[in-house]
Order: sequence, then structure tokens, then C-alpha cells
Amino acid sequence: MPIKTMREALGEAMSEEMRRDANVFLMGEEVAQYNGAYKVSKGMLDEFGPRRVWDAPISEGGFAGLGVGAAMVGLRPIIEMMTWNFGIQAFDQIINHAAKMYYMSGGQFNVPMVLRGPNGAAHMLSAQHSQTVEHMLATVPGLKVISVGTPYDAKGLLKSAIRDDNPVIFLESEMMYADKGEVPDEEYLIPIGQADIKRPGKDVTLIAWNKTLSKTLAAADELMKEGVDCEVIDLLTIQPMDEKTIFESVRKTHRLVVVEEAWPFASVGSEIALRVMNNLFDELDAPVVRVSNDFTSIPYAEHLEHAVMFSKEKIIKAVKEVTYLHN
Amino acid sequence: MAAAKKPTLSKELLVQMYKDMLFWRRFEERVNQAYMKQKFSGFCHLYIGQEALGVGVQANLTPTDYMISAYRSHTQAIGKGISPDAVFAELFGKVDGCARGKGGSMHMFSKEKRFLGGHGIVGGQVPIAAGVGFAIRYRDENDICVCYLGDAAANQGQFFEALNMAATWKLPVLFIIENNRYGMGTDIRRTTSVDKLYKRALAFDMPHSEVDGLHAISVYEHTQKVIAQIRKDKMPHLMEAHTYRFRGHSVSDPGTYRTKEEVKTYQDKDCIKVMGDYLMKHELATEKNLVEWDKKVREDVKKSEDFAEKSPIPNVEEAWMHNYI
Repeated sequence: MPIKTMREALGEAMSEEMRRDANVFLMGEEVAQYNGAYKVSKGMLDEFGPRRVWDAPISEGGFAGLGVGAAMVGLRPIIEMMTWNFGIQAFDQIINHAAKMYYMSGGQFNVPMVLRGPNGAAHMLSAQHSQTVEHMLATVPGLKVISVGTPYDAKGLLKSAIRDDNPVIFLESEMMYADKGEVPDEEYLIPIGQADIKRPGKDVTLIAWNKTLSKTLAAADELMKEGVDCEVIDLLTIQPMDEKTIFESVRKTHRLVVVEEAWPFASVGSEIALRVMNNLFDELDAPVVRVSNDFTSIPYAEHLEHAVMFSKEKIIKAVKEVTYLHN
Repeated sequence: MAAAKKPTLSKELLVQMYKDMLFWRRFEERVNQAYMKQKFSGFCHLYIGQEALGVGVQANLTPTDYMISAYRSHTQAIGKGISPDAVFAELFGKVDGCARGKGGSMHMFSKEKRFLGGHGIVGGQVPIAAGVGFAIRYRDENDICVCYLGDAAANQGQFFEALNMAATWKLPVLFIIENNRYGMGTDIRRTTSVDKLYKRALAFDMPHSEVDGLHAISVYEHTQKVIAQIRKDKMPHLMEAHTYRFRGHSVSDPGTYRTKEEVKTYQDKDCIKVMGDYLMKHELATEKNLVEWDKKVREDVKKSEDFAEKSPIPNVEEAWMHNYI
């Protein structure tokens, strides 16, 4: 199977959908002439022309709102946020408008729009450029939230997101755009709302997504050497959440560690822990443990950044906690 | 004012605009009464006093033009073609409401009539209007999008962002600032650096104008030219319309921030009275006609309220529906 980078996979997804449907267009800062701040949209202006690939002004709230209006009357915008930290400027349009339009119009105006871009820390960018948003946006009814960790999933899910008739938040990472993986040339779609077991195992369930996936898989490899067989679930869709895959795994392993990059207060991990407790209380052999970033803004200095963020070491420590193996 | 001159508009149009304004006035009065009788709750912002503006604009639109507005839009929705029954039922939270009882006073919608709401976040509808204009341009259509906003929304950041995009990309949107002089209880002059809000367009090299919003004929004639220009040049336009609301910001606002004298000055220039006098002066209607029309309109709005009262409440399951399609 061909090997492609994450940025190529995302670009292919957008281009294929734009070839398929004339109502799909791309708008964002630097997406056209500059070929994308992270080159995700490389070549798209050349192929589709300025009518369908739009360089936006630095007005995230404005062009997200433009996307809402265009989607309400039949277009299917892909709105790129150069980073989701800038996307926070657009939260009014996302939360107050996109998420609620179908509901408050009594089922008349849906908003088929994808808002995509990188989120999370990208190495020494300090507090304003290092935030994740999945837990902030997954709490809002009306939004679907996807967060990807491999080129294969990125392409298949972005294509599904573009075809979805709801507003979809699609989260990537600056750190993963150069990551390589197998991506077939033939068309494929990955359904929204379905997690993927990236590594089967029997002793502990680990749930990860986006950037935490590769570190979690690395931790699982290391733990295997110590005889702990981890099952790693890539959550992929945060909202709606694939409870079935999570519950089946926990029924098998009886132990759960959630690994996320967000702050710990009211996070996706909190939500998973509650659902597992409510549904599988008797199945658990240990309390659910969460690995996340610490409850602090992200610092600049490298060792400070490392200290507050999730890490392979913290994941291994958490697994030893739920398996009662800690020294 | 046009009253001194011979009418340039047809009798049919003038009478229709008068009847529409009258309908809007009696509708909102009926809504106010229903609110006072506690037949419904929530926020309720009335258009009383501003009718000439909405009616004068609406008379220039085609059914395929789009409209989006803020939260003082019961009657603008009616003007765009939503039935008064459906608007009243929406206020009562009934299933026959134009948003199935899930939007209420601030969120009137009709996909069929191209009325895109009814929005409650000040200024939030303005970039959405730019998006509708974008879609019109994208598909090479000849429609326009009318976007109403209040004077205070012209200080919201999204307003500036939307105007910049609309001007840069030549989006066919008519942005109308309904300047009723107060953002809730704050005199706009206390929060705004410019004396005329249409000057905001200067920053974007956008065509702009102002109009006396208290006279339906002035609004009609002015807007007719503006809309023709938008359709021809495919350029947006910012129009400031000077108007005044006779009631408080919402029904619960006693309006202590303005003097009785000021309110009376505007009530003396009531658009409906002015237009009625005009029709009689030019022998387009008799006093008897005006009385009869008023009687008919009062009956009609009562019928709408009756319809709303009889409409069923939504099934409780509706509360969880329509989050996702």
C-alpha cells in the first residue's frame, strides 16, 4: 500500500470531495496562494481555481460565520483554522450559531460545514498556541468532533466529515503533518462515531486519540516487555462517542487508562470514566486512571513544557497503577 | 418628505404598504397584550414605531431574495412571507410555530420563504449574511441578501469582519442598520465614536447611504435604488436607517433612560398616521377606508392569536430532536 504523509492524506481527502461535489469549497488563512500554512492544501488552488479555494482575512469569527451562512443555503464549506487556538475566536459562530441552527429553526436549516485544523501543543509555542479544544467543543449539542492520529484515519474521516450534514469539528496536529502511514489510492470512507482498536490486548484498555495515540502505542510496546498486554483504542470520534467499543474492551480487560492532551477538569477522560463507572462498575478491577496535561497553562521552556504534558512515562506509570504493579 | 408632491408610486403599492404597516402595528400590540396576560414568556422585543422601515424595504424584495435579522423580527418574518399564524404560534411555543415552538420570539425561521432567522447574539447574524451573499456569488445568482442589525451591533467585531469580506469579495448583501438610537438602554452616542453609523462603510470602501426610516415612501424609493445598484454592480451596501421604537427595548423595559418628550416627538411622526394622512390628502383613501382596514386588521391578528392558542404544544420528544440531522 502507498505510504503518504498526514498532510498528503488530508489534502487528498479535500481534493477528492471537491472533485465529487461542486458545492464543496475551501476557505482559510493562507490556504490558496501560500498552499496552506502547513501545506495541507498544496496544489488545490492550481487544480480548483480561486472560485473554490479562498484565502481568508485574519477574521476567524467572520469567516466561520460566512461558512455558516453559505452552508445554510446549500454550500458545503471546509473552513481551515490555521490553529484551533485562533479558532477560539470563532467559538461564537461555532457554538451560538452553527451548533444551534438546525435545532432552533425547528429542523429547517442544517449547517453542513467542516471546521478543521491543528490543535494541541507543537513544541515550545507557549500558552496561547498549545491548547486542545476537543473537550470544549464536544460538550456542545449539535457539533460532531473528530480528532485523528494517523494518515489513514485522517483521510477516511475527513471525507466522511465533508459529506456529513452537520457541523463537524476536525482536529489535527502540527506535530503529525509529516507523519507517514499507509493510505490506499482507492477511495474509502471511515464512518464517524466509530473507534478503532489499534492494538489488541487482554490486560488493560488504553484509550487515546490525536497526538496521544503514538505515545500510547509506544508505552504499550514497552509494557509488553514487562508482561503487560495493553489494548489500545484510538477513539477517533469524540462526539458522538463509540461506547460500544470502549465497553467491550473494558469487559475484557477490566482495567482502563484514558490518555489525553487536554486539561483534566471536565475532560473527555472524565466523561469516559463516568460512563464506564455507570455501566461497568462491577467489571472494574481498579479505578479508572487518566493521563492528561496538568491543570496549568503550557510554558515555553522545553523542560517546563515536558513536565506539565502527558508523556510515555506517565502512561506507563498509570498502567502500573491500574495493574497494581507500581514499585 | 414626499407628502407635498404628487404621488409617484402607484395607489396599489401605497395602500399595500399602509395596510402592511397597520398589520405589523396591530400584530405587535396583540402580542404585547398576550404577553401581559402571561400567555407566553421569555424575551419579547416589539417593532412598534419602526414599521415604515421594514415595510419600505420588503416591498422591494423578490420571493427568492434572502433575509436575516436579529431578535426584533416578528414582523420582518411576516413581511418575508411567513404566515402571521405561524409567527404567533411560535411565540406561544406551539408545534405550528415557524420553528416548531423551539425558537420563540427571537428565532423565527422559514427555509421556504428564505428567512434565515431571528438571531439573539448581537451582530452574530452579520457574517452569516456575508455567507449567504457568498453562496449567491458562488452560484452566479441574481438574488440579494438583506441583513438587518441594530445600531449597537455596529460596534461588534464580527460586523467589521463581515463588512470587510463582503466589500473585498463583492458579495450582494444589503446591510441595514436600524438605528433606533438606543442599544437596549444605552444612547448609541455614548458608546460610538462616529456621529453617523453609515460611516463605518468608509473603512471598507463600501457603498453606503442613510435614509429617513420613519417614512415608508422614503424608505421604499431609496431602497429601490440601492437594491438595483446591488444587483447591477454585485457590490454590498451599508444603509443606515434612522428610526425609533415607541416601546422599551423589550416588553419588560420601562424605558427610563429617555424622556417622555423625546418619545412624544417621535410618536407625533408616527409612520402609520403620516401615511394615512398622505393617502387621504391625495385621495387614495378615505377616512372611512382607514377605519375599515383597521377593523379588518384587528380581526385578522386576533385570528392569528386564536390559531396559536388552538395549536397543539410540541410532543416532549421534540426537546431532544433536531440537534443533528
